Amino acid sequence: MEQTTGFWQFIAQQSDKLWSQTLAHVGLTLISLIIAILIAVPLGIWIARKQRIAGAVLGFAGVLQTIPSIALLGIMIPFLGIGPKPAILALFLYALLPIIRNTYTGISGVNAAVIDAARGMGMSNWQILTKVELPLAFPVLMAGIRTATVINVGVATLAAYIAAGGLGEFIFGGIALNNSNMILAGAIPAALLAILLDFLLSLLQRVNLKRVRVTYVILPFILVTMSSFYLLPTQIGGRMLGGFTPEFMGRQDGYLGLKKVYHLGIETVVISDAVMYKAAFEKKLDVISGYSTDGRLKAFNLITLVDDRHIFPPYYAAPIVRQAVLDKHPELEAILNQLAGVINDSTMTALNYKVDELKQSPEKVAMDFMRSRHLYRPARNGSGGTIRIGSKIFGEQYILAQMYKILINGNSELQVETKTGLGGTKICFDALTNNQIDFYPEYTGTGFLVLLQPDEQTTKKLGGDTDGVYRYVSQQFNEKYQIKWLKPIGFNNTYALMMRREQAQSLQIKSITDLTKHLNKN
Amino acid sequence: MITAQNLIKHFGTATAVNNISFEVKEGENLVLLGTSGCGKTTTLRMINRLIEPDSGTVFVNGTDIRTQQPEVLRRGIGYVLQNHGLFPHYTVAENIAIVPRLLKWADQDIRKRADELFQKLNLDASLAGQYPAALSGGQQQRVGLARSLMVNPPLLLMDEPFGALDNLTRISIRKEFRALDELVKKTIVMVTHDVQEAFEMGDRICLMDKGEIKQIGTPEELLFKPANDFVRGFFDEQRLQLELRSVLLKEVFPESDASSEVSVWDRMDALLHPENGNLPADDIRIGDLMRAFETYKRK
Repeated sequence: MEQTTGFWQFIAQQSDKLWSQTLAHVGLTLISLIIAILIAVPLGIWIARKQRIAGAVLGFAGVLQTIPSIALLGIMIPFLGIGPKPAILALFLYALLPIIRNTYTGISGVNAAVIDAARGMGMSNWQILTKVELPLAFPVLMAGIRTATVINVGVATLAAYIAAGGLGEFIFGGIALNNSNMILAGAIPAALLAILLDFLLSLLQRVNLKRVRVTYVILPFILVTMSSFYLLPTQIGGRMLGGFTPEFMGRQDGYLGLKKVYHLGIETVVISDAVMYKAAFEKKLDVISGYSTDGRLKAFNLITLVDDRHIFPPYYAAPIVRQAVLDKHPELEAILNQLAGVINDSTMTALNYKVDELKQSPEKVAMDFMRSRHLYRPARNGSGGTIRIGSKIFGEQYILAQMYKILINGNSELQVETKTGLGGTKICFDALTNNQIDFYPEYTGTGFLVLLQPDEQTTKKLGGDTDGVYRYVSQQFNEKYQIKWLKPIGFNNTYALMMRREQAQSLQIKSITDLTKHLNKN
Repeated sequence: MITAQNLIKHFGTATAVNNISFEVKEGENLVLLGTSGCGKTTTLRMINRLIEPDSGTVFVNGTDIRTQQPEVLRRGIGYVLQNHGLFPHYTVAENIAIVPRLLKWADQDIRKRADELFQKLNLDASLAGQYPAALSGGQQQRVGLARSLMVNPPLLLMDEPFGALDNLTRISIRKEFRALDELVKKTIVMVTHDVQEAFEMGDRICLMDKGEIKQIGTPEELLFKPANDFVRGFFDEQRLQLELRSVLLKEVFPESDASSEVSVWDRMDALLHPENGNLPADDIRIGDLMRAFETYKRK
């Protein structure tokens, strides 16, 4: 019940944002759909006439369909930058296959005797196409357009990854922030949108075949009107542009804090951290929200701005383990603590750089490091039960998971199973509390602000206090979840604002305060 | 009306039509007869340019058809197909209005002409609003014919027009078609593989094989004066029946007062099936009939 009330409250509070995201979502979906129809329908008709190349065209469209969406978006950044353009192009590519295939199937399926009669009666090729082939292929063709529409509503959520807006901002923000209301506020409208658009198109599909001509007028009209809701965001000329992750945008120790404490007034777009660093390097973005130990910092020649008013809380990494597991395997704690205090910020950045940029495997990087620090012992291959290590879906967590695997294998009779790539904080933490994994590396700040979500007073009191935050999360996790925080590993992977080195130097920006002053000048 | 000269058509390496020439006179009914693959359909389709010959010329009314835009040419020539080719998404009324609409006829003219043809073709007026799928095979074929007759073209091309019908329907529709005044004045080129049909419908028959014309002439000429062994062999199986059908009773019994419609076969049929009640009041018997027929043949 509390959950429901919270949801409606959230909707009420965020109604402006929800409305603009929904419009952006509809716009992205329909603009790409219109372009896809304009290209795919003629292409489908064409390959129905040239059966020999039909296989090649359908095959190519099929290959496009198999490219993972986020990868496709990433590929396009160097050419199209970030924002709606690459998003629309990607959605367009995904909509091609169903429309081409159904147009082709529909046109090929028209009875040859009917075409022959039409030609024999003296109809021109254009008349045969518009009066015979298209009307007869129409139901199949429309089915293809409906499929493409539903696919596009789904894929358009990913547009939030590359600063194109849409309901994905709530969905991914909600996942990152462990905020179910936010996830639902994005997911429910997206689902309703898919159902609604599909329903509207189904009405068109059932239109009496003779009235198909009416459809030729109505369909473009509806599509154009609905997509016109979405005016392409005006280009920000000359001013600095910030690109922040959905998670950062919604956090007190993120964008909200920047606004409140620093009064930072910068144009922002929402973007995935997978493409954010690259977009900054390509000068599509000027300020990004990164992590201080990220290997890409080194790879893309970015610098972090000093947080001179201490809004970013400490994010010291430490393994968090279910107490039940420690009770069952008491030797585990000492083994995991062998890594305590061993890795500092610059070491972690260098390790991340090897994985993220030099493309070395996390296994190799972990092994090299463990050998160099004399922490490696040959695996005992024991049979004393299995420990399941989880990790979030980025390089640093993969490396840490591998290091713990090496430690456990070398120092105990326990076996290890790694479950890496568990999405964001919420997914990982839920896996832990639901006994899907036994431990994973977590950050004190994340545990404090995202998982515990203390009241404002506590947050203010403990804000920048490294030890205070660690003590607080240790105690709270133990009480609430029977989960133990082991000793911190040493490095502090906190949020940081980053800029290109040469831009920061030429503008003489070293701290966030400098950035705010610079923005206020212009 | 139609003059075809030295038509040749290849499909890839196969020769479909190999240098054929023929003429069709105004008001004549020419049947292109042959087994499948003999080139008869290709020949037919070269007359309305659905297929363009590799070489050779077709004149319709003295005009080389290549000088006319194909669409315009086809709108002036009726075209009936085996599988009727009715548009499944058009009602019967809409289907038969296709060519008139292409020729921009006024709505009331279309309606008037449609009513007229509905009557002549024994189609119930209530069918006008139906879709083709709701019609019987015979009805579909009649609608297909009505569609080709709407603008009253002087020339009609028919490609196996009765091929998709069952035997009984085919025979009755054929009879109906022959009696149709609309068709009497028309020049018709019809393709069939059915020998009975060819003899029944054709003023002249053009027998084709492997892309060539083996003989072109009246049914009697093909039966009694075959030009070669192929023609003779082609009719062997049904020879007696065909012969009896193609000879008029009057020719065998000049003194008989039978009309010029009655063939020897009809008379014999009446003798063998008196229960049908159409036995005329003369005293010709089967023996007399056969003897007279043999005598006639020897002449």
